[in-house]
Amino acid sequence: MNYHSPASFAEASALAAASTGVTRFLAGGTDVLVQLRSDLVTPDLLIDIKKIDGVSKITRTDEGGWTLGVAVTGAEMSEHGELGRDWPGIVEAMDLIGSTQVQGRATLTGNLCNGSPAADSVPAMIAAGVTLTVTGPDGDRVVAVEDIPTGPGRTSLAKGEVISAVNIPPRGDNAGDAYLRFIPRTEMDIAVVGCGVSLRLEGDKIIEARVSLGAVAPTVLLVEDCAAAIVGTTLDEAALEALAAAASAACNPIDDKRGTIAFRTDVAGVLAKRAAKIAYARAKGENA
Amino acid sequence: MSKLHVSTKVNGDAVEFLCDPRETLLDCLRDKLNLTGAKEGCGTGDCGACSVTVDGRLVCSCLMLGVEAEGKEIATVEGMAEGEELHPLQKKFIEYAALQCGICTPGVLVAAKALLEKNPNPTEEETRYWLAGNLCRCTGYDKIIRAVMDTAADMREAS
Repeated sequence: MNYHSPASFAEASALAAASTGVTRFLAGGTDVLVQLRSDLVTPDLLIDIKKIDGVSKITRTDEGGWTLGVAVTGAEMSEHGELGRDWPGIVEAMDLIGSTQVQGRATLTGNLCNGSPAADSVPAMIAAGVTLTVTGPDGDRVVAVEDIPTGPGRTSLAKGEVISAVNIPPRGDNAGDAYLRFIPRTEMDIAVVGCGVSLRLEGDKIIEARVSLGAVAPTVLLVEDCAAAIVGTTLDEAALEALAAAASAACNPIDDKRGTIAFRTDVAGVLAKRAAKIAYARAKGENA
Repeated sequence: MSKLHVSTKVNGDAVEFLCDPRETLLDCLRDKLNLTGAKEGCGTGDCGACSVTVDGRLVCSCLMLGVEAEGKEIATVEGMAEGEELHPLQKKFIEYAALQCGICTPGVLVAAKALLEKNPNPTEEETRYWLAGNLCRCTGYDKIIRAVMDTAADMREAS
């Protein structure tokens, strides 16, 4: 295995593009090292992107959004304060991943590129409308988070492409987000179902919403029917029931020891309702 | 590829070693620097027996490569005592018998020290969540949690 720590994303991309074997990018390494260790994936080329300028920075953009470097850890996100006040759903979703030790290393980008349908931060990012800057041999392009995963362990990134920044949109007024997951214990587990909701209000009425479900299909889903079920409503009982029905209808889960198809399908609806209520309360400026 | 040269600081001392890029920081600490306090339990970041701090941040040394230690400051359990004088956490762990086989103990101590540096007055719930990544199959955790909480109280009083 060759190890490189390039000084720029262009260089990282060129290294990956020129590689003939298995290539992995190394940020926090909490998945890459486990795969290396268990002989699941032994890269011929490992490209450590942490020596690139700015990869550990959390920056407010001129428009009021956020740019996160690709090596920003979960712990750094949780400690930031202002980021968590804007986007508590994203920060809480990231914080659910692994232990204190894992939080010290794990990144949003790694969670996404690992390609797990149960990745906790991904539904929260999709609900929030987060995009990625992707650097490739032909320059940079911007991609929505939901367009990255293509199946368990697979992404749409082409050879030589590397994610070079995480772009979180401006939160704006009267808006809130939330992420909830179901696990059979209180800590240190993988989502059986996850749900991210982000919405905006005008008065009491929802005027924008995005709802995303994790661990109920081969990829994390952006469920437009869920958004349609609550936009234009005040999140009354009928809207919540329609939301739950749309969430359950979108599920195409696997049956495994952690949750049956029936269980996951039902819980998706329950979590969608609860996450929507939290996001709604946050949009109203209430503590939730 | 030949071995890579790494310069880093461990427990305040400048150290250098040569390592294969596949070797973890844990491998390097144990096999090259003879610091065998950090243990390999699972090797996959689940058990916390290999906990160390890197630039003050608690991490699993099995989930970090040795080459990534270049230019960093590493702290392990071997650096906790000041000469013969044990750290208050170490004393309390002995007093409370907050260990049995001891495999998890170096990791628990490093993690608990990191907690108290960040939060000198943690609640029991905060302590349990912070240490959720340090598995112990002997004690049932109660003695560990009590030892950490009481050390925190002693250290607050002393400061």
